[in-house]
Amino acid sequence: MKDHDLRRLIEGVKTGTLSRRSFIKKAAAVGLAAPFANQLLGFNGVAMAQNATIEYKPSKAGGGGPLKILLWQAPTLLNPHFASGTKDQIASRIFFEPLAGWDKEGNLIPQLAAETPTKANGGLSADGKEVTWKLKPGVKWHDGKPFTADDVIFTWEYAKDPATAAYTTGSYKDITVQKIDDLTIKVIFKESTPFWADPFVGVAGQILPKHHFADYVGAKSRDAPANLKPVGTGPYKFVDFKPGDILTGERFTDYHVKNQPHFDTLEVKGGGDAVSAARAVLQTGEFDYAWNLQVEDEVLKRMETGGRGKISAVVSGDVEFIILNTTDPWTEVDGERSSIKTKHPTLTDPKVREAINLLIDRDSIQKFIYGRGGIATASFVNAPAQFKSQKLKYEFSVDKANKILDDAGYKRGADGIREKDGKKLKYVYQTSINAPRQKTQAIIKQACQRAGIDLELKSVTASVFFSSDVANPDTYTKLYVDIEMYTTTQPQPDPERFLQQFLSWEIANKENKWLGRNVSRYSDPAADEAYKAAQKELDPVKRAALLIKVNEIFCEANVILPLLSRTRVAASVHNLVHDHSGWDVDTWNLAAWYRS
Amino acid sequence: MASYLLRRLLIAIPSLLGISVILFTVLAMAPGDPFSEMATNPNVPPEVREALRASFGLNDPIMVRYLRWLTAMMQGDWGFSFASRINVDKLILQRVPTTLFVVGSSQILALLIALPVGIYAATRPYSVFDQIANTLAFVGFSLPTFFTGLLFILVFSVALDWFPFVYRSDIAATGWRWYWEMFRQAIMPIMVLGLFQAASYTRYVRSAVLDVIRLDYVTTARAKGLSERNVTLRHITRNALIPVVTLVALQMPAVFGGAIVTEQIFRIPGIGSLLIDAILANDTPVIMAVTFVFACLVVIFNLIADILYGWLDPRISFS
Repeated sequence: MKDHDLRRLIEGVKTGTLSRRSFIKKAAAVGLAAPFANQLLGFNGVAMAQNATIEYKPSKAGGGGPLKILLWQAPTLLNPHFASGTKDQIASRIFFEPLAGWDKEGNLIPQLAAETPTKANGGLSADGKEVTWKLKPGVKWHDGKPFTADDVIFTWEYAKDPATAAYTTGSYKDITVQKIDDLTIKVIFKESTPFWADPFVGVAGQILPKHHFADYVGAKSRDAPANLKPVGTGPYKFVDFKPGDILTGERFTDYHVKNQPHFDTLEVKGGGDAVSAARAVLQTGEFDYAWNLQVEDEVLKRMETGGRGKISAVVSGDVEFIILNTTDPWTEVDGERSSIKTKHPTLTDPKVREAINLLIDRDSIQKFIYGRGGIATASFVNAPAQFKSQKLKYEFSVDKANKILDDAGYKRGADGIREKDGKKLKYVYQTSINAPRQKTQAIIKQACQRAGIDLELKSVTASVFFSSDVANPDTYTKLYVDIEMYTTTQPQPDPERFLQQFLSWEIANKENKWLGRNVSRYSDPAADEAYKAAQKELDPVKRAALLIKVNEIFCEANVILPLLSRTRVAASVHNLVHDHSGWDVDTWNLAAWYRS
Repeated sequence: MASYLLRRLLIAIPSLLGISVILFTVLAMAPGDPFSEMATNPNVPPEVREALRASFGLNDPIMVRYLRWLTAMMQGDWGFSFASRINVDKLILQRVPTTLFVVGSSQILALLIALPVGIYAATRPYSVFDQIANTLAFVGFSLPTFFTGLLFILVFSVALDWFPFVYRSDIAATGWRWYWEMFRQAIMPIMVLGLFQAASYTRYVRSAVLDVIRLDYVTTARAKGLSERNVTLRHITRNALIPVVTLVALQMPAVFGGAIVTEQIFRIPGIGSLLIDAILANDTPVIMAVTFVFACLVVIFNLIADILYGWLDPRISFS
């Protein structure tokens, strides 16, 4: 859809000739998903939706009995700002709430805020540097104290302090927060920030009560009793917690949403593995809900025939992809392999990279391995849809790959492996140990064989592969091999931070202890420029175009070979009405869950 | 006796120290770190990962870290878990009762099966009963607990729907209902562990009884005209049980280890599952503490076995 078409439609919604819903439908028809459509409306002065996607039916709070959730990776701590993994974020979100959360369509839904800031209600400044949040009045903490702007200001001070070492610090360290009055705060950014819905929103935005944490800022943060006995504003009050095992809660009778929550008690049990977690919901009904079921779809389908529960999969921004190393992993320069001072003998040839991309049978990988767990894609950014490139297409063709390599002068040797100037097309292809990944490796290896490329498969245990251990050569950021594959998470609907992996100054190397986000080490000044421009661009349509360009530069160069856009899969018993979002944690809207 | 005990305890100290050095070095050199989950999340700045590594002391040399751990341990400070940031001793104490309950019950079950079956089979060697018992023991001994565990779940939970397969440490019920729920959830893991253990004990009891049954004093007892029952219980069993008791004591640490798998399958919040979670999360202080507890168990049960042996067999003296 062209710029001006979109603008005309937006005008339509504004003047009332087009309903919000039909705008979103029209946008969807041309490949723009609801989140984008909604954000577009927001930026252009049309108020955002103020209700979550779930339709809440119960007419009174309580009376729903117990709700039992099974997280096969057990929560170990309950402070949202220390929560490194989703399991801890999910558990914290039961007790703590942010100003607003994201629903599965990417809508920003107010939680502790009275409304979503827009240009129309004066929440967003014209220069994109200030956001004013109005807080919901009458909200109480679990101990009866009122929730005010002081708590929000405190949360900012707490999370930005480097000594606290909060995992959320990235959202807070560069902003200033001012108190306007007891129920109004203003977030001030240093520069125009198109994606303003980051601090105090979603996973990183959970607000802490000042009166419980004020004495535990910085180095003392580990000692706060409330780290393990949370006092929040959420729908359920804390009862008991055994780290790594079980978490229990009870209904908070003073919860700030009328008639919510529905369940009287809450239990979150941890431990075990994904397959048996799915079984406990789908086959025995012992639990009401199980999350993150990265299980082969065939297995889930078999369990679903038991008839006790169903699977729901929502789109997320996570992407499973392959990186081709354009630096030489087998030569050491200044104590560093894959140094940017080197060039890979064959993978720097765009023809070879193009051929490899043609040898990936994405449709089979989706059909036979991931099922509902992923959607084949050629784009690194897939959701929200406004950031997905419509240009990138994938194709599987051994013949074409063979032709490209023939034309480029790679001849088959006696062993069937192609070579040119004595350099063989032989690569080491690594990933983490995980059944679907090893199967994917095997599929790709087979196709490559048919084109005269030899892949040696390597799998590294996940705890090593994804670690930041500087001494270990097998971490994914070191990329001491030719090819590697993993999933990276896009935590927000806005892909700006996600696209850091394509920037020249983010290249992982010895100097930054391989903590840089650009693992491929490929860089292109055009991508850097587009990225910098997007950071300041307030017009959402132009901004999306710039970010799409960053994405396309890397995908078209065939350095990043996206495979699948991952979905988040959960199991629930039939009578549980829930909704989980790919842009927020599963419990983001727990207050509205009910049993029909 | 007292001096023997003291001597044994003094010997235990250097061996435990040695164990701790080896454990610590292996763990420190093992790859991976506790912050892997942050790695692919672009929202966590690299500085945070670095700051945490520094504040948890992960960048110091192994020797320094070991000495720090040892001095703290001597003062009763077990350190804190990297994953949950709470003290390790608290974590372990939370888990021990559940493990003791499950492992203890399964041991009692194992002995209740193994003793009568083993003795009865040995007094009638090569009878039909003996052969059936032997075969079953062999089968039970060969099937690993992760297999029988899964089989039990599929049969009793999924197909028959009799028992829950998720073990819960707090049951929201009181009185008889609590006991009933506890029994229902514990029965499968206890059976899995107990039957496995019973199989190996049965074979052992049988051969121990067979050894004794041919001895002269048994023939003498029979010649005196004592009833077969009396001979078996008073003369044979008592003596045959001496090595069995030692075996049970020595097996205890191994049983704790074997329970790790069962705990994982049934989601029992015992120290075994704590160890697995800690290993997966690279939570070094917890791994260190749990494995050290296991090491202490080995030393202690060895000592108990020696003492029991001397008590049961007066020919052995401690002086």
